[in-house]
Amino acid sequence: MIGRRSVILDEADRWLFHVILLVSVYVTFRGHNAPGGGFAGGLIAGCAFVLRFLTHGSARVAQALRVAPTTLIGAGMLLSIVTAAAPLLGGDPLIESTIWKFDLPAIGQVKLVSSSIFDLGVYALVVGVVVAVLLALGSDAAAEVGDDGHAEVPT
Amino acid sequence: MFVLLALHAVAATVALAGPRRRSLLGAALGLVVFAATAITCAVLGVGAATPRRESWAWVDELGLMISLQLDGFAVLMVLLVSVLGFAVLAYSISYFDHDETFRRFVGLFIAFAGAMTGLVLSADLFTMFVFWELTSVCSFLLIGLNDKSATARASALRALLVTGAGGLCLLGGVGVFQVVAGTSSFAELAAAPPSGTAITVALVLVLMGAFTKSAQFPFHFWLPGAMAAPTPVSAYLHSATMVKAGIVLMARMAPIFGDVELWRWLVVLCGGTTMLIGGARAMRQTDAKLLLAHSTVSQLGFLTILVGLGLPGATYAGVAHLLAHAVFKAGLFLGVGVVDHATGTRDIRELRGVGRQMPVVAVLFGLAAASMAGLIPLFGFATKEKALVALLHADDEAGAVGTVALAFVVVGAVLSAAYSVRLVVGMFGDKRTGVGEGHPTHVHHGPGALLVAPVAACAVASLGAGLFAGVVGGWLLAPAASLDPVASGKLALWPGVNTALLISLAVLAVGAVVGWKTPLEPGAWRFPLSGERAYQFLLDGLLDGSRRITAISQSGSLIVYLAVVCGIVAVAMLSGILLDPGAGLGELVVADSITQAVVVVLAIGCALAVVLTRYRFMSALLLGGVGFGCAVIFALYGAPDLALTQILVETLTIVVFLLALRQMPRRFEPAPSWAPRTLRIGIATAVGVTAALFMVMASSARTAPSSGEVYAELSEPEAGGRNIVNVILVDFRGWDTMGEITVLAVAALGVVNLVRMAHRAGRRNSPDEVAS
Repeated sequence: MIGRRSVILDEADRWLFHVILLVSVYVTFRGHNAPGGGFAGGLIAGCAFVLRFLTHGSARVAQALRVAPTTLIGAGMLLSIVTAAAPLLGGDPLIESTIWKFDLPAIGQVKLVSSSIFDLGVYALVVGVVVAVLLALGSDAAAEVGDDGHAEVPT
Repeated sequence: MFVLLALHAVAATVALAGPRRRSLLGAALGLVVFAATAITCAVLGVGAATPRRESWAWVDELGLMISLQLDGFAVLMVLLVSVLGFAVLAYSISYFDHDETFRRFVGLFIAFAGAMTGLVLSADLFTMFVFWELTSVCSFLLIGLNDKSATARASALRALLVTGAGGLCLLGGVGVFQVVAGTSSFAELAAAPPSGTAITVALVLVLMGAFTKSAQFPFHFWLPGAMAAPTPVSAYLHSATMVKAGIVLMARMAPIFGDVELWRWLVVLCGGTTMLIGGARAMRQTDAKLLLAHSTVSQLGFLTILVGLGLPGATYAGVAHLLAHAVFKAGLFLGVGVVDHATGTRDIRELRGVGRQMPVVAVLFGLAAASMAGLIPLFGFATKEKALVALLHADDEAGAVGTVALAFVVVGAVLSAAYSVRLVVGMFGDKRTGVGEGHPTHVHHGPGALLVAPVAACAVASLGAGLFAGVVGGWLLAPAASLDPVASGKLALWPGVNTALLISLAVLAVGAVVGWKTPLEPGAWRFPLSGERAYQFLLDGLLDGSRRITAISQSGSLIVYLAVVCGIVAVAMLSGILLDPGAGLGELVVADSITQAVVVVLAIGCALAVVLTRYRFMSALLLGGVGFGCAVIFALYGAPDLALTQILVETLTIVVFLLALRQMPRRFEPAPSWAPRTLRIGIATAVGVTAALFMVMASSARTAPSSGEVYAELSEPEAGGRNIVNVILVDFRGWDTMGEITVLAVAALGVVNLVRMAHRAGRRNSPDEVAS
């Protein structure tokens, strides 16, 4: 945590944190047809964590993410690579998009493109990168950054 | 044949990765694989009218193939590799303690045998190169098997560097053949031998490869060093297999290119020198294993001359001696291992009276050594006899080089008789007289049957092949003929009295006297030329040089890095612009709208303030202002994706900047004296102006239609998305995105680790914190 606590910022964080995360996911998926995408979405989610960091410090950020940021980086990378390489199995070139269309009751036709999954990997990776850097640089003098990029706050 | 290689790979994997306590399982599997390889190749290859060929396309686009052929020579070599492999592996079961080392040994050993099998089966230079490198790597690991010993590690590294350098030469040679002759297949090269300067260069390169691998002068020094390996490894690598790789290569090439004058002279001079150096060095060794190592070097020189000359008779003799050497040398190495195992020493000055206590081993060892010395009626006699006969006639075909070869071989043969005597007397003699007096060496425990059996097999084979030299000689016709269609000859137990026999007898007599009279304790004299010292000198120089270059190029100063990068960008781009102005600056528009103008003025103001401010925090914030200005411009030009990302990146960047700057002084430090303000301003202005110029010119220099339009058409039908920017990112140019996120991930991990290291260093430097 940097500086004195501010009630206004605290309240903002309480109300906005999850909203921003929701928006980030929305932006990620909407990216296919309108401005947005995994990179932008990941950065928006990163902003949510920055807000949490500014109000509650690095320990609470780590807590909010639940998994180690490096795990998230690896998982995102894996997801992207797998999605990119999957078409090879079918004999298609790398990163060839597959489009699935199906009908859902009450929502109507839904179109899912395989590159959305690729984008989801990018999203996860970007969130991981932002939080990892945040925790590493933002760790207080007393806190230690562990092997997994977690800030370990002495209790 | 691919199946056999695959079997080796599987067995090696099982042995390496298998259950920790069951290392015997891997060894048993290896024995089965070796037996299967030997039997299969014998059945398929012996007496086959046309050699069996198999190939497998590796990289079709480049025409790279792995092709194997099972001709006569390949059969002989495969049998050597797998039969001796079988014997050595069986021996190693009782030689090693069954620990982690044994498990690794078995796995690597099988892998090595597999690579060697592939090498001898290779039908072209390229395939041979691939297996060649595999054997280098395996032997590196095998020599360094005892990874806790610094000597073993250094020896392994030396062997790898020397053979690796040779491997690179070989690759260069293969490349030239592929380009100039269009093929690297032995059969096709033999059908139409190419010639010319390029081919001569390629041949020298190929010879460099062969010389390093087969420990020829001036690269001979790594082989004795490799004796740091356990005895079974030495027996195998340094008798039968790896060092024969170079011989195999020369044997394949020599009949085709033997006529090239340079080839022949190189082979004879290097091989001959090696023969003499190895022999002379062997006479000065007191460690029996090192003596054998130097004798191997010497024998390899002999083989190099024989197969490298490319003359039909010499080729036949070379093939025969190759077999003889593999058999007796494996037996000798394993015999030394037996004595070492029983007495705990290999020093021929200390061993005394061992012959009386281990008579069977002594007799078997003596037989193998007699074969090495070339004593009738052992196989070594018949093959050396054949070699002398061939070389006596060599000057007819090859001229002076043949006479030189003969002279080398005669002197070398004297030495090999001498070191054979020295070895046997030193290992098993009573030595009542001579160096000191004392009790016979204590034999801790008698050698087990499994240890002695392989030695016996090798000794008996040496004797049997000698007694039935005619028959064995007949078997060798096919291998020799597969190298050179006109190569032929016959071996005989008693060739009759002729020049060669007389030379042989004289050689034996002189050799025996020299061997008997040379004191076991070597004198202080050192051979003035040392390949090893040259190697050490080169290696030290290389390491020192690279350290210096690193110190110059990586100064560790951020200012210097920035100045170099910016300076090069400015100079390179400016000179490009000045050399070819292209379309020039085009039509310049000041601003499309008032909003734009206002935003740009604000951004410029921020940029100026960045330069003027003395506070780090302030400059980070102002830099963010410039970024936001750009974002607005993007938005105004209808690029919402860019604008969105830019705003987000700027926001997060400012946060990260502020976090990092907490650790730094608030104000910028004054410029160091060696980077005066004027210089820095100059570089900054140059790079800024250049970048701006470049942007303006690039935007007015378009000649091809924008690729964006193609993407725009394809976006919806191909990738199912209407946001072209995003579709480009995740589909059309998805591979780029892959690279970018990888960079991002690596950078983040770098930050995490740097911070961690800084914390650790900080903790170390503050003792009071440690105390608490």
